[in-house]
Amino acid sequence: MSFSEQTLARFAKEVAKFPADQKQSAVMACLAIVQQAQGHVSAEAEAAIAAYLGMAPIAVHEVTTFYNMYNQQPVGQFKLNVCTNLPCQLRNGQQALAHLCKKLGIDAGGTTTDGLFTVQQAECLGACADAPVVLVNDRQMLSFMDNDRLDELVDMLKAQAK
Amino acid sequence: MNAVLDLSKFQAKGVESCFHDRHISPQIVAGLDGSNWRLKDYESRGGYQALRKILAANAEGNPGMTPDQVVAEVKASGLRGRGGAGFPTGLKWSFMPRALPVQKYLVCNSDEGEPGTCKDRDILAYNPHIVIEGMIIASYAMGISVGYNYIHGEIFEVYDRFEEALDEARAAGFLGANILGSKHSFQLHAFHGFGAYICGEETALLESLEGKKGQPRFKPPFPASFGLYGKPTTINNTETFAAVPWIIRNSGQAYLECGKPNNGGTKIFSMVGDVERPGNYEIPLGTPFAKILELAGGVKGGRKLKAVIPGGSSAPVLPASIMMDCSMDYDSIAKAGSMLGSGAVIVMDETRCMVKSLLRLSYFYSHESCGQCTPCREGTGWLWRLVNRLEHGHGKAEDLALLDSVAESIMGRTICALGDAAAMPVRGMLKHFRDEFVHHVDHKTCMVPQYV
Repeated sequence: MSFSEQTLARFAKEVAKFPADQKQSAVMACLAIVQQAQGHVSAEAEAAIAAYLGMAPIAVHEVTTFYNMYNQQPVGQFKLNVCTNLPCQLRNGQQALAHLCKKLGIDAGGTTTDGLFTVQQAECLGACADAPVVLVNDRQMLSFMDNDRLDELVDMLKAQAK
Repeated sequence: MNAVLDLSKFQAKGVESCFHDRHISPQIVAGLDGSNWRLKDYESRGGYQALRKILAANAEGNPGMTPDQVVAEVKASGLRGRGGAGFPTGLKWSFMPRALPVQKYLVCNSDEGEPGTCKDRDILAYNPHIVIEGMIIASYAMGISVGYNYIHGEIFEVYDRFEEALDEARAAGFLGANILGSKHSFQLHAFHGFGAYICGEETALLESLEGKKGQPRFKPPFPASFGLYGKPTTINNTETFAAVPWIIRNSGQAYLECGKPNNGGTKIFSMVGDVERPGNYEIPLGTPFAKILELAGGVKGGRKLKAVIPGGSSAPVLPASIMMDCSMDYDSIAKAGSMLGSGAVIVMDETRCMVKSLLRLSYFYSHESCGQCTPCREGTGWLWRLVNRLEHGHGKAEDLALLDSVAESIMGRTICALGDAAAMPVRGMLKHFRDEFVHHVDHKTCMVPQYV
């Protein structure tokens, strides 16, 4: 696998943060960049990142599998992570997850058949005062997501995808 | 594909959590409104004055401050680590072998994932330069030339903002070589996690920074002697660094006087769960719990307070009667049998089932155990399965003793504190709400009405 020039430029910016003999420190950032560009982290991408950073492919794979947010398989165009940890649960986080799943007709962890949505239960997203919270595609934190707002979000994303 | 997605209408602007004007004598969040996070705004609030006071020596008779003087000032302030452990910051700084001619590192722990805690997110989003200035001051005090801020991967927007703030600070000459014309040089970089609670543990964080799985290291050696890349490293929490500029501008003594003896300064508490107005509240340490509950609008729906987990999910729960007598500081909460921790205050009203609440936490610790130590890897799973069967009416009378025994067998037998963090909520719940667990065994259901 070869990376686009834009991706390589982003890699280089991350690598530059670390001592010359510690390029491996950039592995988390490189994996996140690849996931953003390709939707998930494939074995080929891991191997290519390993070559880029001078690491063993298994060392990259250890990182991918250790951290919750790396997608080890393809996911929907929109990955929605709903926090259900206790502080969120007390403010309807669990209910928000159930509502999303019901609306989209999938179980938590599943992807809609049209490939648009993946819904996952998440551990603490660190935005407890805004509960219920939904993280979209690892990047955008949405707050106070009651049922009406969840419905509106899903409709908006569906329209976006068309 | 994300760039085109405008979801801003669903995003919080900090009005509810931060810009509510119900802080008491705030230092870190004072004057913030969400739009004034940039360098020029920070400077207009007195930002980077502390750094100038230290570094800009001899220009107009300003004597500057020596690194020793900075450390002494922080020691005098009574500032204690805001991440959870509450270790005296000045003392930690004095452990750094400043004169040792090797590369040393400064690390900011912004991997805020302790359930209930959401203060560092607001600090970094709305006042990033206060953290940068605090880190530069710390780097000067300890003779460190390179630093990293490890930011929780889930708050990626905050990571992006911090990168932008770093660019501003570099352009203004606050970061880089010979800062403000002094001999001090300091480079600071942003780093993001990607979903691992354990990386909030400082040595797991260092492993992660090195590009590995975040599995904690044995201590000793402590990071001050063997840290990032095996080099001396000091790690402080975001809010700890954010407290430093005020201390330098106003003196350690003044900071100490904001709080109470051994508990200097203000602290940001995340009031979450069953309160009317969840959010962050910056108040002087030693403020009565009743006062901060009032600031947060009281218990949601005017219901009765049942219990509080006062310091993030790892802290033992306290019943309302004990909590209402506490003040919000390290010593008062510790005396009551819990800990101030990260300052996340999880409030639970009278309708909450303690077994169900514990179940969610036990699942969390089981999910987030790094798997390195057997007592934690296996024990957290046992705790979760035991609480799960109690909650769902399949518990046996002897399960309570078994829960006690598993929790006890984890505590003190693991490399890091996650094992203790998983066991302490169990023991706290059994200590104060044992009757609810017994009720689950006897009646196969909750003492309180069901809720989702």
